[in-house]
Amino acid sequence: MVASLVPTEDEVMLRDAARGFLQESSPVSAFRANRDAGRAYDPGLWKEMAQMGWTGVLLPEGAGGSEMGHRAAGILSEEMGEVLAASPFISTAVMAATALKGAANDRLAGIADGSAIYALAVDEGSKHAPERTGLRAEKSGNAFKLTGRKVFVADGTSASRVLVLARTGGTVGEAQGLTLFDIDADRARLTRTAKRTVDERDHAQLDFDGVEATGDDVVGEVDGGIAAIATALNAGRAALSAELLGVSAGAFGMTTAYLKERKQFGRIIGTFQALQHRAAHLFAEIEITASAIANAGRMMDEDPENADLATSIAKARATKTAKLAVSEGVQMHGGIGMTDEFDMGFFMKRARVGAEWLGDYGYHANRVAKARGF
Amino acid sequence: MSSFSDDPDQFRSEVATFIAEKCPQKLKVMPANERSICWGGKRFKFSCDEQRIWMENAASVGLTAPRWPVEYGGAGLNRTQEKVFREEMAKARAPSPLESFGLWMLGPALLAFGTHEQKLKYLPDITNGRVRWCQGYSEPGAGSDLASVQTRADDKGDHWVVNGSKIWTSYANHADWIFALVRTDRDAPKHKGISFMLIDMEADGVSTKPIKLISGASPFCETFFDDVVVPKTDEQGNSRIVGELNRGWDVAKHLLTHEREMIGGGGSGGAAGILGGRSLGAFIGSLDETIMQDAVIRSETMELEIDTLAMGMTLERYKDMAKQGGVGHASAMLKYSGTELNKRRYEILMSITGSEGVEWDGEHGTLAPEWLRTKANSIEGGTSEVMLDILSKRVLELPSS
Repeated sequence: MVASLVPTEDEVMLRDAARGFLQESSPVSAFRANRDAGRAYDPGLWKEMAQMGWTGVLLPEGAGGSEMGHRAAGILSEEMGEVLAASPFISTAVMAATALKGAANDRLAGIADGSAIYALAVDEGSKHAPERTGLRAEKSGNAFKLTGRKVFVADGTSASRVLVLARTGGTVGEAQGLTLFDIDADRARLTRTAKRTVDERDHAQLDFDGVEATGDDVVGEVDGGIAAIATALNAGRAALSAELLGVSAGAFGMTTAYLKERKQFGRIIGTFQALQHRAAHLFAEIEITASAIANAGRMMDEDPENADLATSIAKARATKTAKLAVSEGVQMHGGIGMTDEFDMGFFMKRARVGAEWLGDYGYHANRVAKARGF
Repeated sequence: MSSFSDDPDQFRSEVATFIAEKCPQKLKVMPANERSICWGGKRFKFSCDEQRIWMENAASVGLTAPRWPVEYGGAGLNRTQEKVFREEMAKARAPSPLESFGLWMLGPALLAFGTHEQKLKYLPDITNGRVRWCQGYSEPGAGSDLASVQTRADDKGDHWVVNGSKIWTSYANHADWIFALVRTDRDAPKHKGISFMLIDMEADGVSTKPIKLISGASPFCETFFDDVVVPKTDEQGNSRIVGELNRGWDVAKHLLTHEREMIGGGGSGGAAGILGGRSLGAFIGSLDETIMQDAVIRSETMELEIDTLAMGMTLERYKDMAKQGGVGHASAMLKYSGTELNKRRYEILMSITGSEGVEWDGEHGTLAPEWLRTKANSIEGGTSEVMLDILSKRVLELPSS
């Protein structure tokens, strides 16, 4: 039985609860306070999320999770996006939880209780490309030595553990010959350098200078890293798309509210048809994107091995819609939209970073084309 | 009683068998285009005998109107069964046995607003393909302002006398009857004095004139009413007005929502004619392989494919939302986005097919006229601009000036 794209009663309840909590504990003003304090996320908020079971949304009950699924994870991500709540949720509770699904319960329990924070170290260039991994993992006996650089590692400085994709065989550009390692973030010869990004969240460059790893650190099979990480990446794309939908909705909500109150030339600007039609067009785009995101969550829950197409449609649509929502948001607010004092810029900057993370529009459009036979 | 089993598995096998046995093989391999549509009606010329046989076979068990009650000529299927039926039809590549404005528009209006006797009189003639209806809404000069109806029906005791003209009446020159919006109270406010009237096209004083379009075809007409006498009730005592007198706007509004969802529906499944069930990728694969090496064509096509798939999901989501309590004015979004998407799709198909595509009757069949026809998508049934007005005022609640 294929699930409906309309949320279930449980999912509606989850959304209401999440919305209530986030409006109270993490409004956009909290993000601003974190930004001003130079804090990429609020550990207190993360702890509360763990207590509410959000970190265990994909984990089995045996590991302390609720196993609510990817649609539920998407709902949480969307709500976080709407208020710009910064947290390592997608890296840890979505991607690491998915990649480590088969691991022992005690390893997963750290994710469920919020004590472990994971970062996924995949990309090495300015564009998302897992198969272009060049970071070497050289085998000596039962051990490996990791050497190379990873960039744009989300939650890289706050992470306690790092999932790193390394090359054990083949050549750069090949999907074969990659291996996924799960290592301690404080391991010797691993240097983490914070990179300040426009969205003010935690992004780091990771330099591996002969970092030692053992066979126990390997997730999945040696040389089978793409298989080990593919579903986790798709899970992250689905959740990130949902976050971007939330970013779109947050910016759009501010914009429509402003259209109803701002006066120019003696008239409420929302009465101008030029603005009405652009707002209505944006509404349509957001609705269509919402369908793609619900569908991606459904595919991840029902047939995660075959979710490339669904997650790529979602990420492509979410990227494009968020760009439109924040651009229109700034333009329709006029000068105030350009000021730091006003929140709209935060939405624009998060949308740009979200557009790049885990694959940009072109990356996902190409995956759609491939899946659709051209 | 429905002719089919209530058991889901058995139902599927029964309809599959029905389609296999009752839909002639010739129809299953015939290319789908304007000419292959079975419209029915007193004067309809079937494209072949098989087309007539399939229509009659389907009508005999109500499958020309799967969801309508059995007593009115339908098959009495529920939503899930209808979906199964459509799936089996697609699987067998069986064409729709009958299409008509009676099935799309008048039927739903009568089912919602008609009396039991009106339904018994008019609906079975629609499902059997005996009577073809057309829709008389728009008027010359009125454009999108539908409620400014000027065609008047004057009360003459036991009958009405209708005068005026309609425009963009689809296939009026082939229709047997017309359902029209007419003004029955000229003193009432614009929306309050309109009635939804059923008029026999054979009545004295009704005439039609086809309008030739840029596609070369004439799917639309002007329809003139010149002192047309419409009895208030027929021999069986049925009113010629659907719903209440002077409340025709309620019926029209109900149907417009319906029409918007239907036209918007083309957004995901459109271009059936040229693609013939193939994916866009498969169609492109059948062309010169260098075409997709062009970066701009490739990029536009990929973007179209993403939006098409997302629109399909949106139709699915909105259908489920409608089941659970309705989507209200947001249906204007389906109409707006679906038609704009369909126009984009045809622009890209024309671009992909290049100089072959611009031939009226070339290798790609009716692509050129289909492309031209799509330009009306965002005009008929409420223009894109009207849809955006509805969304901004009714959904976003932006203020009126």
